[in-house]
Amino acid sequence: MSTELILEVNQLYTLFPMRQSMMDLLRHRTPEVVRAVDGVSFWLQKGEVLALVGESGCGKTTIARTLIGLENSTSGEILFKGQRVSVNGKDKQAISLKQLRQRVQVVFQDPYESLNPRATILDIVAEPLDVNGLAKDSRERVAHVKIALEEVGLRPAEDYLLRYPHELSGGQRQRVVIAGAMVLEPELLLADEPVSMLDVSIRAEILNLLNALRRSRGISILFITHDLGTVGHFADRLAVMYLGRIVEIGPTAEVLKNPQHPYTKALLSVVPMPNPNLRRKMVILSGETPNPINLPPGCRFHPRCPMVKEACKVSDPPLIALEHAHQAACLQAT
Amino acid sequence: MNESWVLFKRNLRNFWRIFSHNKLGLLGAFLVFTAIFVAVFAPLLTPYAPTDIIRDANGRGMTFAPPSAHGPLGTDDAGRDIWSQLVYGARISLTVGFLAGFMAMFVGSLFGIMAGYFSGRVDNVLMRITDVLLVIPDLPLMLILVATLRQMDLRISPLSVLIVVIGLLYWTSTARLIRSQVLTIKERQFVDRARAFGAGHWYIIRKHILPQIMPLIVANTVLILSTAILIESGLAFLGLGDPTKPSWGTMLNFAFDRNAVTNGAWWFYLPPGLAIVWVTLGCVLLGNVLEELLNPRLTEHHLEGDQNMIAIKRKGAE
Amino acid sequence: MTIQPLLSVRHLTTEFQLANHQVARALENVSFDVRPGQTLGLVGESGCGKTTTLMSVMRLLPASGRITEGNIYFKGTDLLTLSERDMRAFRWKEIAIIFQGSMNALNPVMKVGDQISEAILLHNQTEREAAEQRVGELLEMVGIQRLRRNQYPFQYSGGMRQRAMIAMALACSPALLFADEPTTALDVMIQAQVLELLKQIQINLGLTIVLVTHDLGVIAEMCDEVVVMYGGKVAEYGPAELIYNQPQHPYTQRLLKAFPDLNRATEAADSAGQDLVTIPGSPPRLNALPPGCRFNPRCQESVDICTQFAPDLVNMAAPGSSARHLAACHLLNGMKIEDL
Repeated sequence: MSTELILEVNQLYTLFPMRQSMMDLLRHRTPEVVRAVDGVSFWLQKGEVLALVGESGCGKTTIARTLIGLENSTSGEILFKGQRVSVNGKDKQAISLKQLRQRVQVVFQDPYESLNPRATILDIVAEPLDVNGLAKDSRERVAHVKIALEEVGLRPAEDYLLRYPHELSGGQRQRVVIAGAMVLEPELLLADEPVSMLDVSIRAEILNLLNALRRSRGISILFITHDLGTVGHFADRLAVMYLGRIVEIGPTAEVLKNPQHPYTKALLSVVPMPNPNLRRKMVILSGETPNPINLPPGCRFHPRCPMVKEACKVSDPPLIALEHAHQAACLQAT
Repeated sequence: MNESWVLFKRNLRNFWRIFSHNKLGLLGAFLVFTAIFVAVFAPLLTPYAPTDIIRDANGRGMTFAPPSAHGPLGTDDAGRDIWSQLVYGARISLTVGFLAGFMAMFVGSLFGIMAGYFSGRVDNVLMRITDVLLVIPDLPLMLILVATLRQMDLRISPLSVLIVVIGLLYWTSTARLIRSQVLTIKERQFVDRARAFGAGHWYIIRKHILPQIMPLIVANTVLILSTAILIESGLAFLGLGDPTKPSWGTMLNFAFDRNAVTNGAWWFYLPPGLAIVWVTLGCVLLGNVLEELLNPRLTEHHLEGDQNMIAIKRKGAE
Repeated sequence: MTIQPLLSVRHLTTEFQLANHQVARALENVSFDVRPGQTLGLVGESGCGKTTTLMSVMRLLPASGRITEGNIYFKGTDLLTLSERDMRAFRWKEIAIIFQGSMNALNPVMKVGDQISEAILLHNQTEREAAEQRVGELLEMVGIQRLRRNQYPFQYSGGMRQRAMIAMALACSPALLFADEPTTALDVMIQAQVLELLKQIQINLGLTIVLVTHDLGVIAEMCDEVVVMYGGKVAEYGPAELIYNQPQHPYTQRLLKAFPDLNRATEAADSAGQDLVTIPGSPPRLNALPPGCRFNPRCQESVDICTQFAPDLVNMAAPGSSARHLAACHLLNGMKIEDL
């Protein structure tokens, strides 16, 4: 792992204004805003795996979508290998989205839905080439696809080229998705819940595959998941998100052994463990994650926090640096 | 390209395997194709031309002659063979119906795809136009338009007028149908994936949206055709067709105008009516079956294909 | 004195007719007991037959499914000998079920309270007022405000909908509750809330629960006994402690190792990037089952006999122990069992 930063995100905000009714428009009400990503900053080194963990609605998927340009960021800076990524194509110094997309690829969650059921595996894996006009002729196109398929373990590649997604198992389909992501030889992979929809025994295969690709190609991976168990085996660093913000970030071992933010502590305490003899104190938070529209004042976690103090209702803590490159956004973190 | 051909043959074979078991579909196909066959091979199937007057031994036109050895469907008021008129009429009915139907499908699909894919203002504008046309009753509007256009002496053949008017007014239901399907497809993850690669609008429409809605378009086209033929027949019956090129509807128009009913010449008005029913029924049966078979939702989930997939949708707080 | 099991499944075999006239044996010779007040876990990967087992016991199989062998003793009565009409008396009143997708199980155009009272009125000869009272009690039991009975499912959050389903299932005070992947689609914190709720209800009402899931962590947390299923058969069956600490069947052993575990992860994280243990291959297709032991194509320890004969269940519990720890593997030297 080199110290070169492949990705740097600074104060990223992705806000979605809500649709207004006629009455709201007539009364000139300011539109309510869903603060999906509400000021997120992090970095990713070359060859590193950073896990972005959180429950649904925390903004982790929106971050990935914003990075790849499927959503427009409201403000903030994204740097790829030190160069700014231009959002609207006006900045001459910056890299365009098109250029970024040849270096950054996404692996989506649902291996069934992310493949066009009417397209052949060949067409599916070749799509990034086709979209960017990169395959000069049919033979070259097929060659690239074969290499990608073999790299993800689908051998012999010829057998798979003309098949349709429904003929493959879930694990095989996810391999096809990864092959499609590898075909342009990206430097950064955004993996959004890549194994959540697979059988347990197949999950391990896919994770091992991603690990192997990381080792052989030095790819960096932003690994988005809600499953803390998977994270431990796979990620170098771990970032926990809540309501659009990173509330804790640090080396995986550090965060898992020594969580500082009450939300992280609570999450870790309730993850089911395959040990029937385990006696532990589970911190089960009451209620549900509130709406990212109406955020509570002060620390956004305070209404559910078991350690809440008066100060928490008033001030919104930023990420406070602790030891070992470990940060937590809590006024009471040591 | 070799692979596409292999794939095409495979898909065709799969389709045929299922389709050949569907009795209604086969019936529909039979009805439609016999009608087309008759229209195409008209000269080979008729001993007379439709305008020939059959004369009897004395040289007089055999008017309102019932079905006999001379003509299986008898003659009309001037002694012309009904069977010949029916067969040649097929050409007109089918041509006008098909062309009008295809035009309606084309306009409807175009509107549907544009509205569904681009949403926003484009969608609003297109849908409001659609709504306006949906509200106005079809037949009266068409009547007025056809009548007006013909009066305007625009040197367009009456049949073309019919085709254009039906085609331009009949696409609304198709547009709505296609639009809603496009809206669903647009949100699917494989479209997102293509966008993440940097695919532009036209690429996505061409490679992802169109293949998914093509089966729907095909099935819907067949159904539209049936109604187009009916509409054409209706308008022709009301006298808006081309009397020199009689379709079945025109034949019905003649039959009533020329007192076939009072003369009891059922062979004049029943055959064209039945012919219309024949083709329309065929199209409807075929169209319904095609829609069932080609519906993307049904063809995707092959139960044998994958039992390893956990269908656990993580929707979290839903 | 041994307590009579509440539910006793013996040699259950279920088949499905497939579209191409093939027959798929979804379940074969499945046997297990559920003691009153206990929680039994049915664990396995997709296609192993865990949901089919529940559906077979409740006799809610689709038209293409048939139970071809076996007995299902519930409180002494063999449910398979009952007519459909008599079976209905058992469904919901004695045995209730909650499913994974709460949005699918709840009627979107009916108020939640109405759906629960409908369940009550359908099965009991009570008055409307009494039913309404009960609805209020049930909602309170599951932690939903009584006033919310007048809301529609879409106004509930995912966790609340699951609770509403639990309320509906408990409407007739059943003795046995089947829970089919009840928390799989939920966030981990909501999952914890729902599981905690189920535990509380079990204590308060003396409920017996059969929990079906693929999540080994949830099983460990909730279940007293566990049935590990593979390819439609029982691979291993016994007390949770024994299954987790001394797994006998190669599948169970590898499954436990393949399951990402935070504790192990914390240790592993110090040397991050290590490969997880996998089970090569994939679960068998039920219309193309391998000969002999169903796990043999993926088993590292497979020997000749494994490809020829399906193994019987043998008892691997320590001699003298009253516990039964059964596993079906040729390589094990256990005691043969008679009554299972």
